[in-house]
Amino acid sequence: MEATVKKQLKIKACQVRMGIINGVYHAKSGHPGGSLSSADILTYLYFNKMNVDPKNPKWEDRDRMVLSKGHIAPALYATLALRGFFPVEDLNTLRKSDSYLQGHPCMKTTPGVDMSTGSLGQGISAAVGMALGGKVSGKGFRVYTILGDGEIQEGQVWEAAMYASAKGLDNLVAVIDNNNLQIDGTVAEVNSPYPIVEKFRAFGWNVIEICAHSFDEIDAAFNAAEEFKGKPTAIIAKSTKGKGVSFMEDQVSWHGAAPNAEQYEQAMSELKEELANLENGN
Amino acid sequence: MADIIKTATREAYGKALAELGAVNDKVIVLDADLAAATKTGVFKKAFPERFFDTGIAECNMISIAGGLSTTGFTVFASSFAMFAAGRAFEQVRNTLGYSHLNVKIGATHAGISVGEDGATHQCCEDIALMRTIPGMVIINPADDVEARAAVFAAAEYEGPVYLRFGRLAVPRINGEDYKFEMGKGITLREGTDVTIVATGLMVNEALIAYDILAAEGISAKVINIHTIKPLDKELIIKAAEQTGAVVTAEEHNIIGGLGGAVAETLSENLPVPVVRVGVEDTFGRSGPAAELLKIFGLDAANIVEKAKRAIAMKKN
Repeated sequence: MEATVKKQLKIKACQVRMGIINGVYHAKSGHPGGSLSSADILTYLYFNKMNVDPKNPKWEDRDRMVLSKGHIAPALYATLALRGFFPVEDLNTLRKSDSYLQGHPCMKTTPGVDMSTGSLGQGISAAVGMALGGKVSGKGFRVYTILGDGEIQEGQVWEAAMYASAKGLDNLVAVIDNNNLQIDGTVAEVNSPYPIVEKFRAFGWNVIEICAHSFDEIDAAFNAAEEFKGKPTAIIAKSTKGKGVSFMEDQVSWHGAAPNAEQYEQAMSELKEELANLENGN
Repeated sequence: MADIIKTATREAYGKALAELGAVNDKVIVLDADLAAATKTGVFKKAFPERFFDTGIAECNMISIAGGLSTTGFTVFASSFAMFAAGRAFEQVRNTLGYSHLNVKIGATHAGISVGEDGATHQCCEDIALMRTIPGMVIINPADDVEARAAVFAAAEYEGPVYLRFGRLAVPRINGEDYKFEMGKGITLREGTDVTIVATGLMVNEALIAYDILAAEGISAKVINIHTIKPLDKELIIKAAEQTGAVVTAEEHNIIGGLGGAVAETLSENLPVPVVRVGVEDTFGRSGPAAELLKIFGLDAANIVEKAKRAIAMKKN
């Protein structure tokens, strides 16, 4: 990936992280940990890969994103806002009773949200339906879905995985955000989904392993997925929960908790410093 | 007397889908390995490129249907009522209902008349479950004529619709001049002493009950409610006002179905005695459908008995 493009993506991802922290802080609730772990991939998809039009969010030929791990809505909202789907200031209205930014993504109220999600396991099936629709109509759009590593404990994920490969849906990419943590502990302690790579391979998917925070690896994986024909692609993205905010990193307690005022200041100052470094080319 | 035509509403469903597919190329049909039983196989034969079998995975099928519908298709997703409304309830609620997606659930083998397969397959809870989902339309046709009309009306409507069909062949009660209007009940007989509000295969039983009551000098009004949600409240309130007593009849648990809907409506608008005929909060069992319907009181004799009870409860 070109250095200038990479730098721009890093800047955007940092702004997405600031949007996440702002949203969750003002809402006094939400899910910062998994939002931060998926921030780089969402940034890459919306700013470098997906064919979308913020002026026409329902454009029928657009690429689709189904946030199967719907609780990381703050990350999707921050990305969509920065991409121009709605004002960035509105991120501070997250989860408020008069806001169109629901606690989990709602396609009826939020421009750019392609599917309402939140109940784990259902999003990937909806993404399979979209990919199937693309095949039947002969449209060239691609469908992306992001799942949590805890989410794949849901049986429906494997119903969807089986069907997607049975139908050869190569216009579908499922990202597994493998941050290794879920509410009750590490995924391995709770109910190990490992080995994830072998499972998806056994279900007939093209599988690629990457670091979720390396834009070079992200770019290579999504490009390879686009080239690969005959099978859907699963990108197993090793990530750090809470990535980018030092005290949230790899801490299960930040799965679903909002920072207090002091923690908010610290998180924002870390991200501002990171942004300044990126902009100054350090 | 002319021969009575008997057809299962699921048969009419399959035929109507194929008919619809011929005039609407945006119709896609999904099934979960029951195409031969739900009769979506008729559509599959006619339009194999627009038919998808998801295998035995109803939850996945419902969410796939939701995703598909957002790409410009009118999707019919079929399974037995037990699995479409029961097993996949949360997918119907969260993937379809919450976003008001354009998916029609073709749920066959509803109720006790499934027969020999027994309790695990006799869904008497589906109307109650579907009624609690905001914006869900519920249609329970009484015969093949109504079933066909319901399929076309559902395709015209933008949003989720639950279509309830039966396995058992039932008598045709509607003529060639039949007109279906979603959300509008149909008054089949006029009467002054009691109103029988029936749905599905119980509509025919209500008509038989009308004759029995008439022979005993009791004048019953008979209303066919094919659309349970949205309910034709105006028609029901007016009938309650005219007759002062109501009996409901459905092949469903007396909790949460048509009886529940009618009782809720009348108690808030025009309280009159309401007596419910239905499966009395119990599980089904194996047996020939016709026998089971009698065993569970889903027949004209029970409607007659309940009609008399409702009349006796009137405050004079």
